[in-house]
Formats: sequence, C-alpha cells, structure tokens
Amino acid sequence: MNTGPAVAPETEVFNIEMDKELDLYTFYDSMEKSNILLSFKGEITSDLLTSILQIIESKLDNFEEKSKTRKKVYNVLVECLQNLYHHVDEISPETNVEATTRSAIFMIGKDKEKYNILTGNFILTNNIAKLTERMDKINSLSTDELKSLYREILNNDQFSDKGGGGLGLVDIARRTDHPLGYSFKEVGGDYSFFTMSIKISHVS
Amino acid sequence: MEVINIESTPKTPMVHFDPERGHIEIRGRSIPENSLEFYKTLLDWLEEYGNAPQSSTNVEVQLEYFNTSSSKCILDVFKALEGIHKKGKTEMVIHWYYEEDDEDMLEAGGDYEAIVTVPFEKIAIEEED
Repeated sequence: MNTGPAVAPETEVFNIEMDKELDLYTFYDSMEKSNILLSFKGEITSDLLTSILQIIESKLDNFEEKSKTRKKVYNVLVECLQNLYHHVDEISPETNVEATTRSAIFMIGKDKEKYNILTGNFILTNNIAKLTERMDKINSLSTDELKSLYREILNNDQFSDKGGGGLGLVDIARRTDHPLGYSFKEVGGDYSFFTMSIKISHVS
Repeated sequence: MEVINIESTPKTPMVHFDPERGHIEIRGRSIPENSLEFYKTLLDWLEEYGNAPQSSTNVEVQLEYFNTSSSKCILDVFKALEGIHKKGKTEMVIHWYYEEDDEDMLEAGGDYEAIVTVPFEKIAIEEED
C-alpha cells in the first residue's frame, strides 16, 4: 500500500497523455515568480550536501551579496540541511521503512528584502507535539534569551548522537530576526510531513 | 609527541598542533555532518600534550563557518585547554579571530569566552573580499 503523500490531480507534474506535449512551463514559471535559486527533492546524502553548499556559495558570490548576509544564509543552510540529513538517520535506521520517508525537499529563494528557505521532511506523527513545543519556545525568546539558551545547551554535558545536542534550531533562530515558520500535514501510516520556513533579511 | 598537520577540506579545518613550540592552530571551516570523529584526534593529542606542556601555549582559532555539531567539539577543545591551563605549568591565551563585519562570529567568540576560564582575546581581521 502506498503511504506516500497524496498529490491532487491538478498539480501532478507528469500527467502526460500520448498526444499532449510535455509542458513544464507553468511549473517553471511559478518557480521563477518565487525567485527560487535552488531546489532539491530526494534523499539527502553527505556528498549531496557538499554539492548543494558549493552551488549556493558560488551563487551568493555571484550576487555580490554583503559578506554578513552571505554568512548568515550559508550558516543557516548548513544547519537546515544537516538537520534534514540527521533526521532521516533517526527515523529510518532499518531498511524496511518506506523509501518516501527518507526523502526530503529543500528550496531557497530570494526577493528584494530577504532570502526564503523552505525545507520539508517526514516525521513520526507522535513527534509533532514535542517539535511544536520546541519551535514555539524558540520563537518566543528575545535575542538575549536565545543567546542564553544557546550557551546553556552548549555547556551542558548532553550530546546528541551527532554531536549537536539540540543546538541547531536555536542557532538558526539566533541568526534571523524572523520567527521560524512551520506546519504539519498528516500523510498516513504514522507519518506527517513537516514544513519549515526560514526568512533572512538582507543585512544592512 | 607528534606534530599534527591536517590539511583543510571543503568541510573540515586546517589543523596545526606543534608540541615543541606550544602552538595550537585551527583555521578554515568546520561543517562536517559528524564532527566527533574529526575532533577526537585533536582531543587525544591535547590530553597527551597536557602531561608535558611548553612553558607557553599559543592558541589560534580562525573559522569562517562552523556548524552546531562542531561548536560542541570546539568547546571540548577549549575545555581540554582549560584543564591544561589550570595545572599552572603553561601560560596560555586563546586568540579568536573574526572578520570585522561578522557579528555572529564575534558573538560566538563571546559564547566561548563566557564559558572558558582561559584568557581569551577576540581579534577583528579585515574582510578578505
């Protein structure tokens, strides 16, 4: 049984009839309008992360973005993408988990005021409450409070398996003035799809 | 004791640890997915160095980016240095370099300075671009 996300007929990309021409223009146009710089859907691997980061770095260079903005965006991307990478590890250690749950999606776009980063990945529905609590707490803190929280987590002796110890979201929140956006969508079979949105204003 | 000379890679920093000169240097980027592996070698080395340090130990850290996985490991390095410094057999200063416009990196230095008791100097350097 397919427990992957349902796709509404009008948004199916590959609904090709024999006598119709393949037309990705609508799809392309919507990405253009959102100023998407890079997007990726699929399994996140270490090599893939290295490639994505190199491409983004060179794009940021090409835009002659201010060093401050460039560093913020790059740092946030590293944390987001590595969160996706580590999270897939955590929920699918065995190979009998549906292939779709290893998959993630990532997009970065830019408009006049800011960079927009979107990530999407599958999580266990049971984890929604915990994650919501963390995100809401982080969004409620001031810059100074975030700094204190960061130092507190940094200095405690608890290590997560990957060595970050829960610092990732706090680190991201520290680097941007915008609250972290998020939503969940149940997709069946114990899983939900978690979308996170991060905005980074151009630093003046 | 051996000198450690690790070349930088797209995700890991250049490391130069010299026991004879009491010189400890980490430069570049530290963004590996799992930094525990990388930093373990450094921590083992520091433990050995601590048994017979030079009368003066100079620590230089200049990072362009580091991920949260590395930030814990970097604290471990500083704490190992703190342990060595507390024994009183070596003069030590940690030099933390940041690009003059990079407030986030300056703040990061402040995070470590607040936790670690070793004399800590944050030094601004001119932007390279």
